[in-house]
Amino acid sequence: MRAVVLGIGNIILSDEGIGVRAVEAFERAYRLPENTIAIDGGTSSMELIDELSDLDFLLVFDTIVAGKPPGTVIRLAGDEVPAFFRRKLSPHQISLSDLLASLEFLGSAPKDIVVIGVQPVTLELGLELTPPVAVRVPELVAMGAAEFAARGSPLEAAPAAAN
Amino acid sequence: MSKRVTIDPITRIEGHLRIDVDVDGGKVNKAWSSGQMWRGVELILLGRDPRDAWAITQRICGVCTTVHAITSVRAVENALQLEVPLNAVYIRNLITLAHAVHDHIVHFYHLSALDWVDVTSALKADPDKTASLAESLSSWHLNGKYEMRKTAERLKNFVNGGQLGIFSNGYWGHPAMKLSPEVNLLAVAHYLQALEVQRKANKIVAILGSKTPHIQNVAVGGVSNPIATDSQTVLTVERLMAIKGYIDELADFVKNVYLVDVAAVGAFYPEWTKIGAGVTNYLSVPDMPLDTKGTKFALPGGFIEGGDLGSYKPISKYGDEYFVKGVEESVKHSWYDYSKGSPLHPYKGETTPHYTDFKDDAKYSWLKSPTFYGRVAQVGPLARVLNLLAAGHEPTKKYATQTLDTVSALAKTKVGLDAMHSTIGRHAARAVSCAVQVDMLGDMWGKLVANIGSGDTKTYNKPTFPKGEIMGVGFHEAPRGALSHWVVIDDGKIKNYQCVVPSTWNACPRNEKDEPGPYEASLLHTPIADAEKPLEVLRTIHSFDPCIACAIHLTDKENDAAVTVKAV
Repeated sequence: MRAVVLGIGNIILSDEGIGVRAVEAFERAYRLPENTIAIDGGTSSMELIDELSDLDFLLVFDTIVAGKPPGTVIRLAGDEVPAFFRRKLSPHQISLSDLLASLEFLGSAPKDIVVIGVQPVTLELGLELTPPVAVRVPELVAMGAAEFAARGSPLEAAPAAAN
Repeated sequence: MSKRVTIDPITRIEGHLRIDVDVDGGKVNKAWSSGQMWRGVELILLGRDPRDAWAITQRICGVCTTVHAITSVRAVENALQLEVPLNAVYIRNLITLAHAVHDHIVHFYHLSALDWVDVTSALKADPDKTASLAESLSSWHLNGKYEMRKTAERLKNFVNGGQLGIFSNGYWGHPAMKLSPEVNLLAVAHYLQALEVQRKANKIVAILGSKTPHIQNVAVGGVSNPIATDSQTVLTVERLMAIKGYIDELADFVKNVYLVDVAAVGAFYPEWTKIGAGVTNYLSVPDMPLDTKGTKFALPGGFIEGGDLGSYKPISKYGDEYFVKGVEESVKHSWYDYSKGSPLHPYKGETTPHYTDFKDDAKYSWLKSPTFYGRVAQVGPLARVLNLLAAGHEPTKKYATQTLDTVSALAKTKVGLDAMHSTIGRHAARAVSCAVQVDMLGDMWGKLVANIGSGDTKTYNKPTFPKGEIMGVGFHEAPRGALSHWVVIDDGKIKNYQCVVPSTWNACPRNEKDEPGPYEASLLHTPIADAEKPLEVLRTIHSFDPCIACAIHLTDKENDAAVTVKAV
């Protein structure tokens, strides 16, 4: 299985950084199999086209604005995913949805996409996550690992999973 | 009676930009450019270690990561008067050149070509005729019948699948769309090929920058790439050879596809060589340093006034006083307050927001308005290319002449350098710049390999910060033009930090003297066929390659309506 774990968001906008912080924690927690890579995608899009081509599975960590109480963990799969990307309020007009559409056009879109995220408290300027969001990082990481297990590819804990 | 047309947001750009035009008698007679996002990164940096600033500034934009990282370390090095080892100079040059080539290809094919190319018309094209046309223009190996048939098939499936997605914002069937179905199909084929080839540029950045999209190898004082020709974990001969392979593939595409396509668009839309000039004061900064101190550059830069190449004044070294003393920013029409009066030099710059509503004659943008010795200036590939020509830069002369000759041959009329001061001219200049830069990638690769071969493996000089106050400026001729970071350091901590970014120069509101910025000036007198579908405005604005994502949301709103028209 060729897979990517992608964290997206802007780490200088407080809770917008949850995706990046989650992927960093994920990378520290597990020994990733040969065909799986973890990427801190920041707010980029076109630069990622190579890594996101022809994937069997794409796991995305991101901020999700879904009108839920701040700190709520949300999982999107199947039909919910394209709708999420289209609606995503982002400072970037060229978003991951355009990248996924380009991949579709090239015939290289990921076969399976899951998005796991947290409803933010704030997107104010700042390098730190707010406590209600920061506390969710381990949960996101565990949920991500469960997605791999559910696809018949359980992950092994990293040898020294300390920070 | 004139009509007020508001386009908010401008699509297919990075960041949130609003453009307003008053249209009277089918032409634009007034224009406003308004950045709708506030950039606050300067505030985050206050009090921090200057050695960390680059890693934070590269997060302010998803497109310009590399350029802010490089410019930030240059600013701190300039403050310290710190030299950078030659290997680091070359490695940084390779990264920034690869980034620029990537950026230019993506801009033309994926962000702006759809202003000129009608994808729905391409569905009607005869693939075999398209191939004959393509083969008459260039010997590119992917211009044949098989490729064109495959493209037509793929496009049909994509559109039939209801997946217009990336193409959904186009003004299909607009009267200003003039290409034949075959030319449109050719453009779609190259759109797809460009998606493939841009990956190669990104791979170069990834190998040298250790990671992409956010490079990891930059440091104040050099780069952190260990060099050893016999180790597997560092910059090895094998990796250097892979980079050379990518450079060659990029050069093939840029010279045989990109340059040719731009010339063809210019030839098929000759009226657009007379529209969109706007501000013809052109500013660029020298880049691609060739020594450790930043006194010799492979790409000269400077200032040209009133479109006159004879007025060229060079900026010749890092920290050049001619550049440092010339830059000021006004906030008369921007949503900020200055406590010490406007305009201010960036070392004294302030970031205090003061939002009013959109006021036509007062404040209406989150962008400040920079000037060079009091003059509004255009930056970007056109400014770069004109300054390079003024400086007698041979490779630029070669590609500019070749491009104008191709346009002349296709248009069957002599097209000269004057045509460059236009909307199409900005696209042509970007392609010329890209060709110069892709060749320079090869040169820099050669210099790096030769320097390593001579036994030099040094990549880093350790910085030490003095007590007291120092200041420095870093500049970089980024894909979108002159970028500068200005830092004031006190006892080793950042006391002030200001970024003066290329799109601020171009997208700025009116300045202290109420003169319009380059976007605003370039729109004046543009003919508008249909105020409800202001494609002509998008063509000119996109030709600048706007990128104002180095900003954050302050007054956010979910906004689907792109164009509103009202009588005034």
